[in-house]
Amino acid sequence: MRRIANKQVINNVLLEASAKDKDIVVLCSDSRGSGSMTSFAEERPEQFIEVGIAEQNLVSMSAGLASCGKKPFAVSPASFLSTRSMEQAKVDVAYSHMNVKLIGISGGVSYGALGMTHHSANDIATMASIPNMRVYLPSDRFQTEKLMRALLQDHEPAYIRIGRSAVEDVYTEENVPFVMDKATVVHEGSDVTIIACGEMVKAAQEAAELLKGKGISVRVLDMYCVKPMDEAAVLRAARETKTIVTIEEHTKYGGLGAQVSQIVAANVPVRVVNMTLPDEPVITGGSKEVFAHYGLDAQGIVRKVMELV
Amino acid sequence: MDLRMKACDIRTDIVEIIHRAGTGHIGGDLSVTDILVDLYYKQMNVAPDKAADRERDRFVLSKGHSVEALYAVLADRGFFPKEDLLTYAQPGSKYIGHPNNKVNGIEMNTGSLGHGLSVGVGMALAGRMDKKKYRVYVVLGDGEMEEGSVWEAVTAGGHYKLDNLTAFVDRNRLQISGPTEEIMTQDKQEDRWAAFGWNVLSIPGNDIEAVDDAVELAKHIKNKPTVIIANTTKGCGVSFMENQVGWHHRVPTDQEYEQAIQELAQRRMQYAQDSE
Repeated sequence: MRRIANKQVINNVLLEASAKDKDIVVLCSDSRGSGSMTSFAEERPEQFIEVGIAEQNLVSMSAGLASCGKKPFAVSPASFLSTRSMEQAKVDVAYSHMNVKLIGISGGVSYGALGMTHHSANDIATMASIPNMRVYLPSDRFQTEKLMRALLQDHEPAYIRIGRSAVEDVYTEENVPFVMDKATVVHEGSDVTIIACGEMVKAAQEAAELLKGKGISVRVLDMYCVKPMDEAAVLRAARETKTIVTIEEHTKYGGLGAQVSQIVAANVPVRVVNMTLPDEPVITGGSKEVFAHYGLDAQGIVRKVMELV
Repeated sequence: MDLRMKACDIRTDIVEIIHRAGTGHIGGDLSVTDILVDLYYKQMNVAPDKAADRERDRFVLSKGHSVEALYAVLADRGFFPKEDLLTYAQPGSKYIGHPNNKVNGIEMNTGSLGHGLSVGVGMALAGRMDKKKYRVYVVLGDGEMEEGSVWEAVTAGGHYKLDNLTAFVDRNRLQISGPTEEIMTQDKQEDRWAAFGWNVLSIPGNDIEAVDDAVELAKHIKNKPTVIIANTTKGCGVSFMENQVGWHHRVPTDQEYEQAIQELAQRRMQYAQDSE
């Protein structure tokens, strides 16, 4: 099977579910193409709403629909959704407690050469800081599907960030361990734990294999549920391994690493090192080049872990 | 009861609530009162025992700082006991200075300006999708029209030809720092909305019969949302508060409170004599 982008998985799951559930509504901000929502828009015109380039209206309209029993999925580039319409997410979705799912597409540095305006290296920080808002960064197409099916079962606000392009699989079609709001152990180990989310999980998985060859036993946690974070898994890691490394496609402020550090510091103080994007506009390049430049890949993780042990 | 008398009662409640609590946006409460009274006592299909009925009309107070007026109306209509308002603005109370949907009868949390009309557009689209007959009413302030996000909603309302949506602009011509025309020009509201494809009605907004006629008319307009530019008086009904920018959120002293209550009682008596 050809690998499809995570956003395409979201389209497919919603297309399937909306055949039976007529309350599912997808809203786009001139983003149906970039959000891979074209087939949904074509096949479910009566459940698709185009809002135009107006992210504030996108989010507030979604809240209005939800207040009347609809199940809106607002699909828009993560950069705009997480900042331009942050107040609408705070007031109309989270504070008003509306069943709106905000799908941030082409998140992180996915847009590469389009530059800082289109990057969302702070979306975890903005969204997680909103009371009542959950934040999810699935790692591959299989987990994205599991996550979407779980989200269709609840009526709570959530922000989901996914990248632009198809990514390498972390799981296999037959084996996708998934419990909602629990981290997935991707690799067992006892010397170091790497806690990753989104596209960084694959890099962590590869690094664990490379480090195994060097005699270092690495645990890898896929913390797709950045909020509510699986604190128990973090604390187990802190107790059972000597060091924790976090890695994320996000700055160091208010992201995965910051949260892990808070949990560990308050309970089982061990060394936590955060691998993140820098606090500055990132270099031009595709995701892989950007990641390599900042050491956010398997090689970079290996180097970091070798320094630490 | 003559709705003009009801409006006097609601204004009296507003003044009492704010005087007692020592906080509230009294000027805008008094300008929007007649709109709320017409909607809640005559036009809207809402009732305390049907607060979750999917057929109910929807109301969003986008100028959320006028919440005391909404509380007074909802309490009087039985959505919650009037005594609940004794806790207004007290620590831990759900009756806070802006609408929130923990209060029975309130649909959406508002307070930050520029959100409510977008929410109303979503509600109106949901009604159309579900083939429901309900109508959606949103009240905006004229200062609120300075928020850019309002115009995203005005654009969408016109684009989707939402004839089940009626917006009001409470055009009292004052905002917290001064006259709207000095702060940021808001003239030609009628032309602005019309340019976005809305049916526009411009009325004296403290004339409850004119409000009622406009709301009634809007129900029969097809393929366009309607905006009612309600030309109101900030502080309406209390002589010394009318058109005074300082009464945006001033709290009446005990003496001012007594005078306000007396003036409203006199006004009510006149209406009672009229209707005999």
